[in-house]
Amino acid sequence: MMSDVPATHEDDGFEPLEILTLPLDAWHRAKGGRMVEFAGYHMPVQYEGIMAEHLWTRENAGLFDVSHMGQLSITGDNVATALEALMPAAIADAPMNKARYSLLLNDEGGVLDDLMLTPQAADRIYMVVNGATKYDDVAHMIEHLPDDVTLNMMEDHALLAVQGPKAVEAVARLVPGVEALTFMQAGAFEWNGHDLWISRSGYTGEDGVEMSVPAEAVEAFAEALVAQPEIKPIGLGARDSLRLEAGLPLYGHDLDPAITPVQADLGFALFKRRREAADFPGAARILAERENGPATKRVGLLVDGRQPVREGADVVDASGTVVGRVTSGGFAPSVGAPIAMAYVPLADAAPGTVVTLSQRGKAHRATVTAMPFVPHRYVRGVK
Amino acid sequence: MSRYFTEDHEWIDVDGDTGTVGISDYAQGQLGDIVFVEVPDAGRSLSKGDEAAVVESVKAASDVYSPVSGTVLEGNPALVDEPALVNSDPEGEGWFFKLTLSDVSELDALMDETAYAAFVAKL
Repeated sequence: MMSDVPATHEDDGFEPLEILTLPLDAWHRAKGGRMVEFAGYHMPVQYEGIMAEHLWTRENAGLFDVSHMGQLSITGDNVATALEALMPAAIADAPMNKARYSLLLNDEGGVLDDLMLTPQAADRIYMVVNGATKYDDVAHMIEHLPDDVTLNMMEDHALLAVQGPKAVEAVARLVPGVEALTFMQAGAFEWNGHDLWISRSGYTGEDGVEMSVPAEAVEAFAEALVAQPEIKPIGLGARDSLRLEAGLPLYGHDLDPAITPVQADLGFALFKRRREAADFPGAARILAERENGPATKRVGLLVDGRQPVREGADVVDASGTVVGRVTSGGFAPSVGAPIAMAYVPLADAAPGTVVTLSQRGKAHRATVTAMPFVPHRYVRGVK
Repeated sequence: MSRYFTEDHEWIDVDGDTGTVGISDYAQGQLGDIVFVEVPDAGRSLSKGDEAAVVESVKAASDVYSPVSGTVLEGNPALVDEPALVNSDPEGEGWFFKLTLSDVSELDALMDETAYAAFVAKL
């Protein structure tokens, strides 16, 4: 055995000459993390086991080191308007300290990356982009942004996420005040004299926070976090199964430069003012797809039986012709069954439609289902 | 009864010309949480090295190769409903299949427990 088909996205197409280490490298190893290469870095794929870590996060809280992601501070008098030229979000009129999801688009409307941006001041935007694409993103932005916009990669900062129903109460013990944030709200905080930037957001479907931490303080902060009884360190393996259950796409797998936001079912990222002005890259194509329907669409699939159907499997029609592809898939610990995301023809995209998947010569029956697979539990406001 | 191991981390217990095949404790630890196992049907003829079974963890799918040639007597029916047996008892209740060996001399090329332990220690 051991002819492994990797399914934890250790192959994100980014192959540096040397695998780099992140500020928590030694800490992960000391905690028993099994390290793998991911997006050019040594990262923990698991500690005690993906299943246990996944379920712990859904019931308690998990600490995720996502310091491989690109944190950018983008400044300039007209930074918001300038960034609007590259993505479909409304930024110029966005409230301060409120995170927005957006998509870096190419001229054909294809997705170069997905990202979170937060206006911190009229002339400053904080942005988090994917690790495997961060250098390409920066190159793209430098090429397309005016000279008076300055882009700073915050490589002296780590990024930690604490996710789960008990995440905020546990973090609030160390950082009083975070409990006042609501979903997608962000702000400046302090821990032991170190500045933190904290957003109530994440990539698991659970409540929680994402925290930008000075690299020199991150080991002590991580240690203080896992000293809370609710919080355990969680690896990339569970991060992937959690986000899949939450219906959240993963760049390089469910999103790529050939896919448009409408195909990816990310229409919510196309802000009304921007649609009306049709002034983002690829607007003509994207708005036509929005009007007439895309040829293919990202859907969730509940797979019959127990065998996982993973990225790379085909969607086939009755005659066996390939009509779509699975872009993420695996066993969903909280669902207790295999699930997947796939691109299927629009005619097959309605929930309840039964489709056939083909993997290593074997057919699997699957049913299109609305996502998320596990309900989101974001805290949107004080009730 | 003797136990032999392959470099691909299968084990085989041999009693006369009947063998029981599984994957090693090291292998299950590397794979992590096992969520699906497909075992061969009785009567299937296997050559040494053939893909005999499939094991899937949360992370990955792997093939299990037959350590020897022979004819399958039965697949372990317990693994269909409880694939996690491979994690909890890989070298016992988590066996994959039994077969009748067609050439007992093929065992000579396999490792015994001591040699396998030394092999794993170097990985």
